[in-house]
Amino acid sequence: MRAVIAITLFTLLSPLSHGADDNQGKRLYTMYCTQCHGVHGNGLGVNSSRMSVQPRSHIEREEMMARSDEELFKVIQQGGKSIDKSNLMPAWGDNLNEEEISALVAHLRQLCCEENGNE
Amino acid sequence: MQIKYLSTLMALCLSFITGYSHGAPADKVAELCGSCHALERPDYEAQGREERFSRKAPPLYFAGNKYRQEWLAAFLQAPYPLYPSGYFPESKLQDTADGDIPNENDLVTHLQLSESDASEVTDYLMNLQPYTEMLSQDNYSEGKVSLRMGTLDFRKFKGCDACHQDSEDNGGFSGPILYDAWSRLQPHYISAFLKNPLQWDPNTIMPVPQMNEQAVHKLVDYLKAIGETE
Ligand code: HEC
Ligand code: HEC
Ligand code: HEC
Repeated sequence: MRAVIAITLFTLLSPLSHGADDNQGKRLYTMYCTQCHGVHGNGLGVNSSRMSVQPRSHIEREEMMARSDEELFKVIQQGGKSIDKSNLMPAWGDNLNEEEISALVAHLRQLCCEENGNE
Repeated sequence: MQIKYLSTLMALCLSFITGYSHGAPADKVAELCGSCHALERPDYEAQGREERFSRKAPPLYFAGNKYRQEWLAAFLQAPYPLYPSGYFPESKLQDTADGDIPNENDLVTHLQLSESDASEVTDYLMNLQPYTEMLSQDNYSEGKVSLRMGTLDFRKFKGCDACHQDSEDNGGFSGPILYDAWSRLQPHYISAFLKNPLQWDPNTIMPVPQMNEQAVHKLVDYLKAIGETE
C-alpha cells in the first residue's frame, strides 16, 4: 500500500525540483535527522559515537549520487531495512507526510551536491 | 562525564532552591514552569513543525497521564538530567572534529523546589489528565521478559539504543534515559506512547515504532525488568 502511494506520488511529482526553497527541508533535517547524521550532515551526530552502524555522511557526493531520488524517498519513509541497510536508520513514514519527505530528499541533494550546501 | 555533570548540577541546584509560597497553584505553576513547559496543548495544527523549534522543554499538560506521582514529587526536589544531550533540538550541540557533542554549558540545571512547593506543584500537575480516556483503552498488563532477550530486542532488533540509554554505559544521547523509565512513568503511558507517540506529540522526534501490540508489551516489560534490577 505504502509503496503504491510512493510510486504514484513520484509519477505525479517527479522530477523533484532541487534547491528552489530549501528552508522546509533544512528545518526538518535539523529537527529529525541531525541527532544521528550530524548538524553538518557529515554522519557524526551526537548519537553516532555509540552506534554499531555509522549513519551515512550526506555530504559525500559520490556515495549520494549512487542513489536515485526514489531510493532516498523510500529509505526515509520505510527505513534502512527497506533497502537492505541497517534498521538503525528508522522509518519516518508515520511521522512525516510525503510532501515533507520530498522536501528532505531535495535537502539531501543540496547537502551532497551543491556548493555551500551544508551551511 | 556523567559524574562531572552531576556534581556541577548539584552545586548549581543548591543556589536555585526557591522559597516561593504564595498564590493559587495554577498561577504558581504557570509562573514557575510556564516559560519552558507547555501547560496546555499547543496549537499543533496552526503552528506545524515550528512548534518544536519554539519548545524549551517537554510538554507537561498531560503530566497526570504520564508520571508516577512519587517520582514527580521527588524529581522536583532533586532534579537530575533526563536528556543526556539536552532537550532536542533546542540544545545547541557543539560540532568537533570527532563529531557532535553536547554543549555542557547548555545542559540546564533544573529548577529545584522545596518539599512543600514540590508537593503542591505535583498535586496540581497530577490533575492534568486530558488523555485518561485514551489510556483506559490500553491493555498492557505486567509480564516477564528475560533480561537477555529483552536487551537483544531493545538494542539489536528494535534499535532503540541508537537514541536511548538502557544503562549508564550503553545507548545514545538524543532521547531521554530509559533505565529510570519504570520508576518515572506510568506503565500504560509507556505502552500507549510506544503504540503511537504521535497521539501524545505530533512533533515528537522519535520515529513511530511500527510494531504490534505484543512487541510493544515486551519492550515495556524490558523497561520494567531493567528498572527493577537497578
Ligand atoms: C537513529 C539514528 C538515525 C536517524 C535519526 C536518522 N538516520 Fe538516516 N541513517 C542512519 C544509519 C545508521 C544509516 C546507515 C545505514 C547503513 O549503512 O546500513 C542511515 C542512512 C541514511 C541514508 C542512506 C541510505 C543509503 O545507504 O543510501 C539516508 C538517505 C538517510 N539515512 C536519511 C535520513 C533522514 C532524511 C533522516 C531524518 C528524517 C534520518 N536519516 C534520520 C541512522 C539514522
Ligand atoms: C528554564 C526552563 C525550565 C523551567 C522554568 C522549568 N523546567 Fe522543567 N525541564 C526543563 C528542561 C530543559 C527539561 C528537560 C531537561 C532534562 O531533564 O534533561 C525539564 C524537565 C522536566 C521534567 C521531566 C520531563 C520529562 O518528561 O522528560 C519535569 C516533570 C519538569 N521539568 C517539571 C517542571 C516543573 C513542575 C517546573 C515548575 C516548577 C519546571 N519544570 C520548570 C526546563 C525547565
Ligand atoms: C531517533 C531517536 C529515537 C529512537 C530510535 C527511539 N526513540 Fe524513544 N524517544 C526519543 C525521544 C527524543 C523521545 C522524547 C520525545 C521527544 O522529544 O520527541 C523519546 C521518548 C520515548 C519514551 C517516552 C519517555 C519519556 O520520557 O517521554 C519511551 C518509553 C521511548 N522513547 C521508548 C523507545 C523505544 C522502546 C524505542 C525502540 C522501539 C525508541 N524509543 C526509539 C527518541 C528515540
